[in-house]
Amino acid sequence: MSRSSLNVTGMWAIYRTEMARMMRTILQSVATPVITTALYFIVFGGAIGSRMQSVGGVDYGAFIVPGLIMLSLLTQSISNASIGIYFPKFTKTIFEILSAPLSFGEAVLAYVGAAATKSILLALIILATATAFVPVHILHPVWMVAFMVLTSIAFSLFGFIVGIWAESFEQLAVIPALVVTPLTFLGGAFYAIDMLPEPWRTISLFNPVVYLVSGFRWSFYGVGDVGVGASLGFTALFMALCLAILWWIFRTGYRLKP
Amino acid sequence: MSPPILSISAVTKTYKGGFTALQPIDLAIERGEIFALLGPNGAGKTTLISIVCGTVAMTSGQVLVDGHDTRTSYRTARSMIGLVPQEIALDIFATIWDTVVFSRGLFGKPPNPAYIESLLRDLSLWDKRDSRVIELSGGMKRRVMIAKALSHEPELLFLDEPTAGVDVALRRDMWALVRRLRDTGVTVILTTHYIDEAEEMADRVGVIDGGRLLLVERTAQLMRKLGKRRLTLVLQRPMATIPPELDGWPVELAADGQQLVYSFDANAEDTGIPTLLRLLGEKGIDFKDLDTSRTSLEDIFVRLVERVA
Ligand SMILES: Nc1ncnc2c1ncn2[C@@H]1O[C@H](COP(=O)(O)OP(=O)(O)O)[C@@H](O)[C@H]1O
Ligand SMILES: [Mg+2]
Repeated sequence: MSRSSLNVTGMWAIYRTEMARMMRTILQSVATPVITTALYFIVFGGAIGSRMQSVGGVDYGAFIVPGLIMLSLLTQSISNASIGIYFPKFTKTIFEILSAPLSFGEAVLAYVGAAATKSILLALIILATATAFVPVHILHPVWMVAFMVLTSIAFSLFGFIVGIWAESFEQLAVIPALVVTPLTFLGGAFYAIDMLPEPWRTISLFNPVVYLVSGFRWSFYGVGDVGVGASLGFTALFMALCLAILWWIFRTGYRLKP
Repeated sequence: MSPPILSISAVTKTYKGGFTALQPIDLAIERGEIFALLGPNGAGKTTLISIVCGTVAMTSGQVLVDGHDTRTSYRTARSMIGLVPQEIALDIFATIWDTVVFSRGLFGKPPNPAYIESLLRDLSLWDKRDSRVIELSGGMKRRVMIAKALSHEPELLFLDEPTAGVDVALRRDMWALVRRLRDTGVTVILTTHYIDEAEEMADRVGVIDGGRLLLVERTAQLMRKLGKRRLTLVLQRPMATIPPELDGWPVELAADGQQLVYSFDANAEDTGIPTLLRLLGEKGIDFKDLDTSRTSLEDIFVRLVERVA
């Protein structure tokens, strides 16, 4: 390995090992979201949706598909990436990563890449599950994939930060439970924002998840709560924020190097 | 001339809580030697090793590995280093083979199954290569740690307390391995608080205590310089007190009065032994056996620490 070149072999080693670790629990990983999604479709799409009118010209069952996928993408990205880095901290095997000829950026890329890959795979599985229940059209497939990739990377970065911050399994679970789940449920996965009364409608515009779900739904049906530009802008902003925090972690060695 | 394989200059460490674990440390390690860092618990051995390996950030100073700065040229520096930390830390769900292959990849080396095989055979791990770490005994896990550290063919190997809590077989295998590594030109730095281990294994010894490197010396030289010898006489009849005739002689009783131990300077012209034995004969103090031994590094160490304190 020459002095300045990237340690691609090292990144690949982490990526492969992370994917293997995730595949060890592939059954739980796939079964849980697939069953949950099926339940959502039965309850929301079937039982409730049959009594509801279409939302913005989209059948309610189909309307919730992008929201459900986004919900899974967010939670999976955060949990995969946070466990991915927390686990070596917990088992102390992190010493090997820290002592390797690998830059911090390379390590982040490998861990985040693996977490994002897995959550995208799951999202695609959920999408496939959904087509078994409702007719799904994808108006802008390229944008759909772009939103998936951007969101999974952004929230895997966020999960990586959570994993570095957490000092116990409780702390690891607290961010998803206290912050992410409420934001996702209030993020317009199951309804259009303009269905809400004021002031909730305005308040919703401060919920970042609204922008993600909206943009993603736009890629399916061409309609969203906010403009697609705003959605993309928000995702980019969030990613930039995470990168800035990671930069600070790298500079200070926060919770990684005593 | 090639630079030392490791050069530590004025390295200090103050932990975040404000505790200073290392006073300025200067140390140069020559290529191919076995160096023992000897010191009691809390001396700063692990801290010093961790700084060289990049798992702890130094507060000030500079570390060069084969001339490469561990901060500015960390890729080159780190790819030359293998580390077996004090505590076992493994992904327990991975197989031996996978985790060792992972380590090699992590250090940027292309796959080399033949090398990994020979490494696992050397460490008696080959038959268990497909076992998961969780199924292994403590000793086997430690072997896996060593295999991982050697997976990328490092030129500088750190063994942090390699024999703490290790069985005899592993200890023997480990020393055999260390000697073999040295024969292939690998430099080995080990930490220990077992003095006999340093004495047995190391070409040079560095004594560290309270974050200060008290001395660095060739093991043999250190022994000669500070080493005393001891004559142990196993008495026919146990004694309760040292007889007054031996007043002024550096003797003491041991083993409940069954042994008389005489300390003498191994380098002196006159060891005093003939005089002592004649004296004992005259006084009718008979012995049935005798033995001489060197004072261990332990005694030397205790003396050093006392002198500095
Ligand atoms: N992460 C840390 N934070 C604060 N103090 C530490 C930390 N690690 C070690 N120390 C302290 O630094 C000193 C040296 O520790 P260490 O290098 O582990 O010693 P040794 O390996 O010689 O037993 C000890 O007093 C220890 O308590
Ligand atoms: Mg230690």
